[in-house]
Amino acid sequence: MTRYIARRLLGMIPTFLVLLFLAVAMLRFIPGDIVDLMLEGQSGAHNVNRTLLEHRLGLDQSLPGQYVHYTAGVLHGDLGRSLWNQQDVAGLIAQRLPPTLEMVGLAVLISLILAVPIGTISAVRQDSVLDYALRSAAILGLSVPNFALATMVLIFPALWFHWTPPLNYKSLTADPLANLGQLIIPALILGVGLSASIVRLLRATMLEVLREDFIRTAWSKGLRERTIVLRHCARNALIPVVTLFGIQLAFLISGSVIMEQIFAVPGVGRLLLDAISQRDYPVVQGVTVIVALWVLVINLVVDVSYVYLDPRLRLA
Amino acid sequence: MVQPRTAEAGGPLPVAAEGAFSPAWYRPLLHFVRGKPLGTASAVVLALMVLIAVLAPLLSPFDPLVHDNAYELQGPSSQHVFGTDQYGRDVLSRIIYGARTSLYVGTGATLLGIGLAVVIGTASAYFGGAFDYAVQRVVDTVQAIPALILLITILVILGPSLTNVIIALSIRSAMVTSRVVRGSALAVLAQPFIDAGRLLGASHQRLIGRYIVPNIMAPVIVLASINFGGNILAEASLSFLGYGVPPPTASWGGMLSAEGRAYMFAAPWLLIAPTVVLTLVVFASNMFGDALRDVLDPRLRGAGNSAAT
Repeated sequence: MTRYIARRLLGMIPTFLVLLFLAVAMLRFIPGDIVDLMLEGQSGAHNVNRTLLEHRLGLDQSLPGQYVHYTAGVLHGDLGRSLWNQQDVAGLIAQRLPPTLEMVGLAVLISLILAVPIGTISAVRQDSVLDYALRSAAILGLSVPNFALATMVLIFPALWFHWTPPLNYKSLTADPLANLGQLIIPALILGVGLSASIVRLLRATMLEVLREDFIRTAWSKGLRERTIVLRHCARNALIPVVTLFGIQLAFLISGSVIMEQIFAVPGVGRLLLDAISQRDYPVVQGVTVIVALWVLVINLVVDVSYVYLDPRLRLA
Repeated sequence: MVQPRTAEAGGPLPVAAEGAFSPAWYRPLLHFVRGKPLGTASAVVLALMVLIAVLAPLLSPFDPLVHDNAYELQGPSSQHVFGTDQYGRDVLSRIIYGARTSLYVGTGATLLGIGLAVVIGTASAYFGGAFDYAVQRVVDTVQAIPALILLITILVILGPSLTNVIIALSIRSAMVTSRVVRGSALAVLAQPFIDAGRLLGASHQRLIGRYIVPNIMAPVIVLASINFGGNILAEASLSFLGYGVPPPTASWGGMLSAEGRAYMFAAPWLLIAPTVVLTLVVFASNMFGDALRDVLDPRLRGAGNSAAT
């Protein structure tokens, strides 16, 4: 097991290096001279002259040199400085990470709370009216674009009940109720979309597991339906769901970028969008690297947990 | 008495009567229509969308770009069936022309993306070794960066335009889809007829083009149908955030963007029409992709390849 983890960790390193290379090279792909662009006043960088800007952006070095410099920096936790306010990029990201993490975490929780019962019922009562109703609701849930749903949540309660969702962020430690009050709605929207995928997968895997011989043995032993479904089926059926999370995490983060924009959550997604519109390239680089790294790590965790959850894989 | 073979989900296979109409494509199509009613209905919806997009100039009652200051923010009426937006543009016309944008992006990005994915995936599988390893590391990286972030970054580099949206979308989907193509190609490469081809002296191009590619078409078609809906949704998300198709071009996502949101409190019809069409088209392409996959290649059913993602 530890060998598997070690192997996967080592395998992640080349990918991480490629990621850093893309982040560094990204600046050079921008057509036209970006230094000229920025000096023309399109960015927030002020009080800088051309050489200083080039140095800040790392353009005075060659590409391999800049790559080595940036990688060395990353390994020390230094992601450069924002052009807008000279703040340390790593610190900026660390500041904005908690709201995003909280929102995504809540979304995952909500999706599980919704999807596991619905998927199970759908599978156990296959082809019943309830099954079709639940499945249709699930598919509808993932067909409505999340930004459209979010806009509807913003507009219609305002029209009908004169109520808008709270748009001021309070941190979890300072004011938990206000914090949850703001984050629960975007988390719900994200969670509903995610739960739709989980319902479909869970239903499919549960149906397969229910047909297995050991379940038939359990029936013939006279066990109650509840025991069979909960104790024997659920465990097996949930394993692919864990893998699904790894795949969906990237989608969740994309979704959270949109949600943060609509619901004014000061998270990493908003940071990225603001940095892009301000041409604050070091921040864009830093956020891309951190977010992608996070996805890679979560995928690693998911793969490792997969081996842990399914004893058959431990012997492989 | 031998019973006729029963199809899993369509009843008995249709048996042709003497002299009946029966070209090669008819039976599989009938099988599909009988066995997958939801998939068929979805295909009809998508075909309708294509038709509307193609015939947009004929169908649309007004020009979608023309401002009309006298008719701003009007509710649905006999003249403007879906109402007008904050510039007096007819919403129905913008929806119809928005179908055009979605169709351009959907087909363009999907065709380009799938084409690139086949090239990258088969080359990666065929040549193997260090080349394969390097390509897969790049694919890993691209997959790790969340789609929207990658797309916005590419579009900032390229600049906002419809063509660039298509390019950005195809880059991403090419990378991600090449994984699945590579898997299929590897499976085909393990078969003996590939060795036979090599022994016959077939060139690389011939082996890839004539031996491998025709045998991976089934999963490729399924992936294309899944990507179609995904690309339309991605374009809508990008336009919503302001990085997609630049205004004033009509785009369903753009109609929901922040530009119009302030007006939606007074004019909720601005919100309903694009939401409904977007949902309908995404739903239809998801369902059609699923049905196609069930028919062509049930092995693709899995966590990452469902149209649900």
